[in-house]
Amino acid sequence: MKDNVKIRIMSLSLIVGFFLMWEVLCIMLQVSDLILPRPSEIAVTLWTRFPVLWPHILQTLYATLTGFALGVIIGVSIGVLIGTSRVAYGVAYPLLVGFSSIPKVAVVPILVLWFGSGTTPAILTAMIICVFPIVVNIATGLATTEPDLEDVLKTLGASTREVLWNVGLPRTMPYFFASLKVAITLSFVGAVLSETVASNRGIGNVMMTASSNFQVSLVFAGLFILALMGVALYAFFSFLEARVTGWATRGKDIAVT
Amino acid sequence: MASAAYPQPVHPRPAIELHEASVVFGSGDAAVTALTPTTLRMERGDFLALVGPSGCGKSTILRLVSNLIKPSSGQVLLGGRDAAAKEMRIGMAFQNPTMLPWLTIEKNVMLPLKIVEPFKRSFQRDRKGAYRDRVHALLEQVGLRDFANHFPWQLSGGMLQRANLCRALIHDPDLLLLDEPFGALDQFTREELWQTLQDLYLDRKPTVLLVTHDLREAGFLARRICVMSARPGRIISDKAVMLPQPRDIGVIYTPDFVEMTQGLRELIAQVRK
Repeated sequence: MKDNVKIRIMSLSLIVGFFLMWEVLCIMLQVSDLILPRPSEIAVTLWTRFPVLWPHILQTLYATLTGFALGVIIGVSIGVLIGTSRVAYGVAYPLLVGFSSIPKVAVVPILVLWFGSGTTPAILTAMIICVFPIVVNIATGLATTEPDLEDVLKTLGASTREVLWNVGLPRTMPYFFASLKVAITLSFVGAVLSETVASNRGIGNVMMTASSNFQVSLVFAGLFILALMGVALYAFFSFLEARVTGWATRGKDIAVT
Repeated sequence: MASAAYPQPVHPRPAIELHEASVVFGSGDAAVTALTPTTLRMERGDFLALVGPSGCGKSTILRLVSNLIKPSSGQVLLGGRDAAAKEMRIGMAFQNPTMLPWLTIEKNVMLPLKIVEPFKRSFQRDRKGAYRDRVHALLEQVGLRDFANHFPWQLSGGMLQRANLCRALIHDPDLLLLDEPFGALDQFTREELWQTLQDLYLDRKPTVLLVTHDLREAGFLARRICVMSARPGRIISDKAVMLPQPRDIGVIYTPDFVEMTQGLRELIAQVRK
């Protein structure tokens, strides 16, 4: 417990130290705020422009979470399908790998072509980019379930659905949550990416516009907001993970990592 | 026990009948015979121990009876009907305690009540009441009352195996199948669990099929011992154990008992060659 607190304090000092260093170096080396604004400048911009930024924050959050939710639904469905059936696994896997190796940036223009610019391509990009890690993790978790555990249920005459529900899925939860933490971060990347290319709303668009107007501190303010939202969502899923899958880590560490 | 609430149907037919049942894995040149055609009959309430060298097909017979695998030829009947018909309620315990790590001991033991009829239909209603009491009563009987809310990794191997026995018995099975359940335990814990199992058996009188390497275990617990030959296995000896039950653990040091296990040992030594 004491070690834990120590680590927290150290990690907090590292963050504070990082920004202090940034501030001090900028002043010492007289870096132009057109190249790299100081954290204090960014903070001021954040504060003064916040009313303007707020709707864009909501927009990005909306696109990310909607895309993420769709991605989870689709990812879990496909994952369960190919994780429970050896045949489906063998048949579908090459295609999935093919899809996953397409750089998602390349898909955005197509989505814009189909759905026009705006919220829809942002949601879809967020979805597409986060589906694959979820599929792979769910499928792996299910496919590696110990046959012994399944036999316990089978000898009781359990149906395939009961085996899946009582053994397969709980056993897969640690894999699922590990993938959720990756997926939520990726969804952000997808949504912002799409906003940057084709939207007039969202943090991605704000940063794009700001950079073409040389409002560099606003660009960095956007980055800050993205980082904060990313950390918040990651922390939320870590917390949920510790709650749901504490058994996998023997419940020792309920701390948010 | 709560079994009174669920009257058992009368079974005129033997509990287990294997008619020339065989198991072959794979096909063609790669085919492996796990069990040559075997015939075995077991009456209800009997306690049969199946012993033999490893790889002789003992566990295969258990897996046949529990319907985890199907016979390649021949028939497996439980209570006179095909094993797949679920005519008899089955409880099974493996050598590995196979507790689900995300559930507490109480919830692990309760699992069969969630799956097996007639318990299943009122599971949602009774899981916090009658079923919970039922689980606690059984855990009490094996000395695990204080561990109901612990997780499996917090228990020792012997305790896990006790919980495993509870899980195999909680739904009052007609048929208890045990696959070397005490194989991984030390001698003291093992003897303790023999007595626990004997008490549970005499208390509930299910039909028990026990697969084991341990001749003393077979002799102490069973009413009938079948010896199997090495691969491909078949039953070469089928003898009743003429000791009254309940048996005291001291019985394993009596001359009669030693003579019986010695006889079995020699038989198995012969068939291993």
